[in-house]
Amino acid sequence: MYDVKAVRRDFPIFDNGLAYLDSANTSQRPRQVTGAMMEYFEKFNSNIHRAAYHIAEEATDRYEATREKIRAFINAASTKEIIYTRGTTEAINLVAYSWGRANVKPGDLIVLTILDHHSNIVPWQILATANGANIEYVDIDDRGELRQDQFRELLEKQPKLVSFSHVSNALGTINPVHEMVAAAKAAGATVLVDGAQGAPHQRVDVRDLGCDFYAFSGHKMLGPTGAGILYGRRELLEAMDPFLAGGDMIKTVRVEGTTYHDLPWKFEAGTQAIAEVIGLGAAVDYLDGLGMDNVLAHEREVTDYAYETLSDIEGLTLFGPPPSRRAGVISFALDGIHPHDLATIADRDQVCLRAGHHCAMPLMTRLGVPATARASFYVYTLKDEVDRLAGSIKEAQRIFK
Amino acid sequence: MSTPPSADDQFYREYILDHYKNPRNYGRLDHPDISHEEDNPLCGDVVGMDFRIKDGVIDDIRFHGRGCAISQASASLLTERLKGIPLDDAKRINKDDVLGELGIEISPARIKCALLPLKVLKVGAYGLAAEDEE
Repeated sequence: MYDVKAVRRDFPIFDNGLAYLDSANTSQRPRQVTGAMMEYFEKFNSNIHRAAYHIAEEATDRYEATREKIRAFINAASTKEIIYTRGTTEAINLVAYSWGRANVKPGDLIVLTILDHHSNIVPWQILATANGANIEYVDIDDRGELRQDQFRELLEKQPKLVSFSHVSNALGTINPVHEMVAAAKAAGATVLVDGAQGAPHQRVDVRDLGCDFYAFSGHKMLGPTGAGILYGRRELLEAMDPFLAGGDMIKTVRVEGTTYHDLPWKFEAGTQAIAEVIGLGAAVDYLDGLGMDNVLAHEREVTDYAYETLSDIEGLTLFGPPPSRRAGVISFALDGIHPHDLATIADRDQVCLRAGHHCAMPLMTRLGVPATARASFYVYTLKDEVDRLAGSIKEAQRIFK
Repeated sequence: MSTPPSADDQFYREYILDHYKNPRNYGRLDHPDISHEEDNPLCGDVVGMDFRIKDGVIDDIRFHGRGCAISQASASLLTERLKGIPLDDAKRINKDDVLGELGIEISPARIKCALLPLKVLKVGAYGLAAEDEE
């Protein structure tokens, strides 16, 4: 039995009655994560991979231990395939730069989707402009699900790259990633999955998925900001040039030229976010302790409840698919009340709610709205917090009636 | 009309809501002398203004747009203030005037909403470079 109240006790931020419904934006962190980071700062703060003293060995061990935890978490074949980045955005930029510049040629097609976050659109637009490639976007249907018929048609044009999100951050749509990756691979494309809203919420097996790249952020999965992951298939990573260059990513540097370090360090230049990576390792331990199947089941229960609760409110429009094909995200609009006004009123009730375009302006344009209000849930979310949101909505309707 | 706001309803005072729901000088002018629109990409607020100028005076003004109560009420209030005054006086209107007119505490997250109409006035009517009003 999943004990959400016990989980909440690990998160000091909830001690004062905060209702936090913005975990798709960034999650909260349990004591175990902040404790692991504090332990580093107070007991073995030092740089990694360099110094020959014992605290630096400890720091290096802890930093590298996270890599194995992440490997197991997503079932990658090797820790060589686990690259630390600052987050999903940097991970996608790494691929767009290091893989994209060398492999995408003039006239090549890149297939993206209208559901995607700006971080999975803008790097490809820059690449397309630099290399003379074209971009086409898979549209959504009226329920906010990707039009698979159109996706198949675009695959017939043999795109060089296909990149899409595992789960839409704005609508919560869970895309049929297995089928989409398989179809894109069969069409000969290189495939990146933006897992920023995927990996934190459900079991991910990158080998079963079969994608070439999978990117996600630590701060959306109980970890600190500044540490994220790029998974890449080893053959691809081996063939790629580095993204950032400098210290620690080299074997030998001579004035005539440089040989690069082995994977994964080839892609980790400069002093890394050591405390953050250690914190991310503690976050993975925490999620493993809960069990990702339990995490998913808990979120589904809260999402079903929220969907039902919000559906009953008059003058409220829900966007996106039914709860069965939706992750713990609910986007909605109120008649005559701008999302920002709702968020301000909710804030006075200590309810944290996102209002805006959710870094998905093409999607907002497609939906014909400037912005939506969004509630999103995680391991610690209570149904009571959903009730408090409903209370804030009714209060906003009273004020604005 | 609506229930009196409770004591903590500072942000959404009656007159703010009134200007939001019944905006003054709302719409477009035919053949305006000046027309300008600005948006706030963070939240999707849009405000545009049309001006008719006669002998250096703002003879008529209309605004259009969409967005939150703060941006739209602020636009409505500003047009009331601008209508019939000389351009030179309009030029001197600053952010403190606009915030004073709104008469509510504006959080840092919402200040761009409140000042969007002033940006339309400055950039549009005076051709000043868009400046950060924060």
